[in-house]
Amino acid sequence: MFDWWPVDVYDPDLEEYEQFALLREITRGFSSVVLFLIEFIREIFVGGVKTIVTFTSWEFIRENPWAVWPALPWTVVMGGTMILGFSLKGRGLAILAGIALSYISVFGQWEPAMQTLSFVLVAAPASVLLGLLFGILSFKFRTVETILMPLLNVAQTMPHFSYLVPVTVFFGVGDHAGAIATIIFATPPMIRLTLLGLKKVPEEVVEAALMSGCNNRQVLLNVLVPTARRDILIGVNQVIMQCLAMAVIASFIGAKGLGFNLLLALNQLRIGQALELGVCIVLIAVVLDKLSLAWANQQTDYFSDLGFAQRHKFSLIFAVFFALCILAAFLGQYIFKGGINYFYLIPHNQGITTEDFWQSGVDWMVENWYAGLQGFNRGLIVNVLQPMKAAFLGMPVSATFLLVMGIGYIVGGLRSALTVGGFLLFIALTEWWDRALITAYMTTFAVIVSATLGMIIGSLCAQNPFASKAALLVCDTLQTFPSFIYLIPVIMLFGVTDTSVLVAVIIYATIPATRYTIEGIRNVPPNLRDAGLMSGVSKLQMWLKIDLPLAFPHIMLGVNQTVIFALFMVIIGAMIGTDDLGQFILKALSDKQGIGNGLMLGLCVAFIGLAVDHLINTWAASRKTSLGLS
Amino acid sequence: MKKITKTIAVAALGFVMATASSQAIAADSAKPIVIPTHNWSSQVVMAYVIGGIFESMGDTVEYVPADSQTVYEAIRIGDVTISHEVWQSTFGASFYNAMAKGGIIDAGTHAAATLEEMGVPQYVIDDNLCPGLPNWEALKNCPEVFATADSGGKGRWLEGPQSWHGDLMPTRLKALGLDDKYTVKFAGGADAIWAELASAKKEGRGIITFNWTPNFTDAEGFAFIEFPSYFDGCRVADGGDGACGSPKGWLKKAANYKFPKTHPAAYTAFTKISFTSRQIGAMAALVDVDGMSHQDAAKAWLAANENVWKPFTE
Repeated sequence: MFDWWPVDVYDPDLEEYEQFALLREITRGFSSVVLFLIEFIREIFVGGVKTIVTFTSWEFIRENPWAVWPALPWTVVMGGTMILGFSLKGRGLAILAGIALSYISVFGQWEPAMQTLSFVLVAAPASVLLGLLFGILSFKFRTVETILMPLLNVAQTMPHFSYLVPVTVFFGVGDHAGAIATIIFATPPMIRLTLLGLKKVPEEVVEAALMSGCNNRQVLLNVLVPTARRDILIGVNQVIMQCLAMAVIASFIGAKGLGFNLLLALNQLRIGQALELGVCIVLIAVVLDKLSLAWANQQTDYFSDLGFAQRHKFSLIFAVFFALCILAAFLGQYIFKGGINYFYLIPHNQGITTEDFWQSGVDWMVENWYAGLQGFNRGLIVNVLQPMKAAFLGMPVSATFLLVMGIGYIVGGLRSALTVGGFLLFIALTEWWDRALITAYMTTFAVIVSATLGMIIGSLCAQNPFASKAALLVCDTLQTFPSFIYLIPVIMLFGVTDTSVLVAVIIYATIPATRYTIEGIRNVPPNLRDAGLMSGVSKLQMWLKIDLPLAFPHIMLGVNQTVIFALFMVIIGAMIGTDDLGQFILKALSDKQGIGNGLMLGLCVAFIGLAVDHLINTWAASRKTSLGLS
Repeated sequence: MKKITKTIAVAALGFVMATASSQAIAADSAKPIVIPTHNWSSQVVMAYVIGGIFESMGDTVEYVPADSQTVYEAIRIGDVTISHEVWQSTFGASFYNAMAKGGIIDAGTHAAATLEEMGVPQYVIDDNLCPGLPNWEALKNCPEVFATADSGGKGRWLEGPQSWHGDLMPTRLKALGLDDKYTVKFAGGADAIWAELASAKKEGRGIITFNWTPNFTDAEGFAFIEFPSYFDGCRVADGGDGACGSPKGWLKKAANYKFPKTHPAAYTAFTKISFTSRQIGAMAALVDVDGMSHQDAAKAWLAANENVWKPFTE
């Protein structure tokens, strides 16, 4: 693929022509645009020379050492975000933004955090726009939808590691590559939710718009998209979550910032430091999410007639604040000793840190729990995991096909049987069938545990509105919290074994099961619960006979997500040490045929996910119909 | 608006000056030399050390985080300019695979003699957990010391990921006749090995892992097992029976093929750069033992060792 259509490219450094594939030149052109945007935003926050270089040359910088773009003092960024938060939503958001940004600064993580932020600020809007565009296109044209849907399914279930090498080949190594990998990962949910929202817009709304004489563009932009806002906003929220969840993985291919520092900290086993970095990632996600939500929910006031000062109230406040902060930063040079200006930037080694506290926590855990957990670990491995693995590996291929296709037939008839059979056939035709079975065994075990745990925790929390809210908040946090961090303490407790991998997987995969159970039960129509209460059901009966059956389709969607999350983490589990598809995907990073192998292995993982996804979705849909919920 | 005008003014000024100056200097290009940083201390500190050396020569440098296996593809394509720690057994395959495709050159070898081998933490020997170590024959008598939950009663060798040396260790176990007493477990990466080592140390229990020197573990003491010595052709891949240890390995430097042309002075210095095991260990210790940040450690090392690195630049 990299030899198609060679073109001659002049290299001014070598002063000669070289041959490159046209495709590569196009992708490289694209990546330089992305890189410019990232560098530009980054230099607004942390300063630098790259933007000036774009308009001049490196020679110019060498000749003119003064030509450096100065960073904004952190106080300006924090104040600006607070003012923005206040103008969009009010005091609450301003306080949240203030706390989050001062945490980042005071803990000395300002520079890496702004580096991460700058690439998220490119990746997230790009994903949102692309998502909107493709969502609208697939709403307008049926063919686009039919072509796009399977691609989206694959993109969402494919492990990131498998497309890292292709991305570096086409787009290079650096922040732009990280941003592009992030966009590939974050766009699919946006497309899906845009399409879902647009499909839900009632026919009457469109008709009313047409009757008022809207043209096509107006119908789309002023009627359809605003009406579908709720779902589109969930899409935006998902994009932001996914972008920050990718912060660590993007650093494998050159993204600077929190993610890379986190990997470094983990390699030195500095869990405390990694934890602080992880908290920064979560905080950025929360602030961005709330700000974008507030911005999108803003109402335009068409009738007020305000003077200049009132209309530009916040810009003026910001301008004054800006001047004050610059002044403070300027004076700070003279106030603080030792060349460190706390009003300008708190360097990484000057911030306060709670590292020692967390570190000793982890040490304590290992010292006190290790011995006790060994019995459990050995019992689990010898009595459960090894027999289960042997059973998965020992089953004849034909029996596996019969089992899976049989389930497909029961759930959704011949069509489903053939669909899942097709997915299976693909895997069987590759050389990794037994590896896929090991992946399947770990995923199955983790899903059973996670789904059970999630349903129990979710049901308990759903009994109380406050507990539900708290639990959903915990879910949001854990979802953006980099999963790499808990790999290390888990290895310290359970060693490089399948138990470690499974514990890490279960921690992560319980999130969606819990979330969907809570949402499902909270959405059970209150009149049905009242009817139950009047007929005198006990709490247990209420749960078993009313809550669970009615919330069932929604809970099944949660289980579906649990499967996807579990697959994702089983592959990350390769970093602990497994012998499944994930290990081979990691291995493909250095292979000769790495790109092809990586993608094929990624497809195998995706197809396992899609087969399960298909079965659960079909089942949940038929249950929904029979419950009269759809 | 004012900013834009200013930018344009700066740009115009710069263009004039750049065209004027490009004739004057025929030496290194002012474009940055891209140095990769991976996720272990000695490599990151050395990246900043080498970057500092280049900067002292008037070059511009840029650091980019990269995966230690995919980086060779990036160097080949030219997105990354150099790699200064190419370990023979861990990255040799990736390095030569990229070289076969063209675009990456061998820029010399460090003085450091490396060893990448199975071994035990020093306390295993001091506490006499398995009498006779580090001689490999001692392993026959104490597999149970190294047993883990999933090793089925056998002793466990914790090897790096399969991508590092494939089936080298399993075949060695078999060739030495240890395979009925030991089994090999592949860890997912260096992090996993360090975590196991840290956990084992707290408990004072026996552990056999793959490790290398120079490394930060040297500071606390790590004893490599003495296998029958290596000779050419003893490995299964080379036609032997595989009953031999690892050779003393090399630590190479790699560069993109354009580097000598674009930055002749920096390239010359880069080929001369050669660190010993002790120097590399000292760089890593500044971070891992003294708790400095990587940049500060590099600055400190450069300041204290001018007599070492100045000659490279001359």
